[in-house]
Amino acid sequence: MTSMMGPSLCANDGGPLACRQARGKRLPMWLLLMALVCSWLPASILAQSVLPVPVLSARVIDQTGTLDAAQLAALSERLAALEKDRGAQVVVLMVPTTAPEDIASYANRVANSWKIGRRDVGDGVLLIVAKDDRQLRIEVAKTLEGAIPDLAAKRIIDGAITPGLRQGDFAGALSAGVEQIAALIAGEALPAPAQPDRGPSGRGLGQWSDLLVFAVFALPIAAAILRQVMGRKLGTLATGAGAGLLAYFVSTSLIIAVIAGVIGLGYALFSAFAAPMMGGGSRGGLRGPGGWSSGGSRGGWGGGGGGFSSGGGGNFGGGGASGRW
Amino acid sequence: MKRWFIVLVSTFALSGCGYNDFQRLDEQAKAAWSEVLNQYQRRADLVPNIVATVKGEAAFEQETLTRVIEARAKATSIQVTPETLNDPAAFQKFQAAQGELGSALSRLMVTVEQYPNLKANQGFSDLRVQLEGTENRITVARNRYIDAIQAYNVLARSFPSNLTAMVFSYEPKPAFTVANETQISTPPTVDFNKK
Repeated sequence: MTSMMGPSLCANDGGPLACRQARGKRLPMWLLLMALVCSWLPASILAQSVLPVPVLSARVIDQTGTLDAAQLAALSERLAALEKDRGAQVVVLMVPTTAPEDIASYANRVANSWKIGRRDVGDGVLLIVAKDDRQLRIEVAKTLEGAIPDLAAKRIIDGAITPGLRQGDFAGALSAGVEQIAALIAGEALPAPAQPDRGPSGRGLGQWSDLLVFAVFALPIAAAILRQVMGRKLGTLATGAGAGLLAYFVSTSLIIAVIAGVIGLGYALFSAFAAPMMGGGSRGGLRGPGGWSSGGSRGGWGGGGGGFSSGGGGNFGGGGASGRW
Repeated sequence: MKRWFIVLVSTFALSGCGYNDFQRLDEQAKAAWSEVLNQYQRRADLVPNIVATVKGEAAFEQETLTRVIEARAKATSIQVTPETLNDPAAFQKFQAAQGELGSALSRLMVTVEQYPNLKANQGFSDLRVQLEGTENRITVARNRYIDAIQAYNVLARSFPSNLTAMVFSYEPKPAFTVANETQISTPPTVDFNKK
């Protein structure tokens, strides 16, 4: 009897002490049963839920099949140019319907799970069109609420987008809307886009030439001094470690730092044991930076180009405006 | 030496029983609550502009308008402190006042439909967009508050962190409820024949 009462005691009184006292021989069986029931419950609750959030596969996602390939490409090219230019991420999503939710909460849910916008800035905008509901919404991340206040978003919707949508010109309407959003974002003093978006531009080159100077001049001098002070083996090690550490502080990239450390070590080793041959030594030092730039610039920075991924910084607090056509 | 040992052990035991988690989630809940207040304030700030614009319309239904004004006065007169969060009664009162303002405003917006001049007024439609955006933000802020206190309450009620909660008397925080639960859970009767 007591063993039968056990579980109900636990469930009602809750106290762990009561549980422990009532623990009988049949407890493992009950526990197993409970575990089974508990593990089944959440799945059945989740089954009757709202629309799932689509996978963020591109800047323009059309689930309705309205836009053709050329229109999709043109629109996403425009959005890519905007991100390259200003750093802000804008995504266009077309869905058939947002039921059972209204478009505002659906848009907010999608935007917050995608978190579009740079990680440290959070500048993202989601333009969402529910084709069969004949509704659309511009969802603005908190960072951009100053650049695109609700009123501006509403004016873009009413002035640029809905007239085109009424005539069935989805591509034209969307690109007009995107153009206006881009114009508003351009007016905001956002932080400049990060290095990866800029690619091999002037500034990147300058950084590499700095590293080249460091490798050619500073490394031999430091290696020589350290060898003098700490002896041959220890000095060689210290040179490698120092080069790696410095490169880490300069570039804050672990990959570059490791490469620099290895090169520094290699150089110091080479010059330590082949000291008399100065010509050979300097050539070995020069070969280092060559391996550097190719290893560092491709491996460390990479990405860009092909696919689109969210910056992961967008925080959407419900800003923006909705409209219908 | 022995005393230091006890201090060390209790430090580890406390963090093991979620003491630090309580502090973190408590701060998170407070931050989320501040955002809710922030958005309520934004709505309250919008109301005078809306009222002023609507008043410009001659022969506007006075009753709807005064309800909005009164609800705003009531909602803004309630003092909200961080302690409100831990006091379910005060929380309910504040929530009820804000809910009243929300429903008065939405009634006003419905009534406006009968006044074509007002609907055509650009200033008023701008205010309307702003009010809509603010209501959206309130919804989001409330959702985030609910998430925050959910995490806190789960910690406060699950083993073994509930022991920590017991020792330091951390109570579960109140969540939002609707004032008229029975009213909205019964389906409305729609009768188009009524004159």
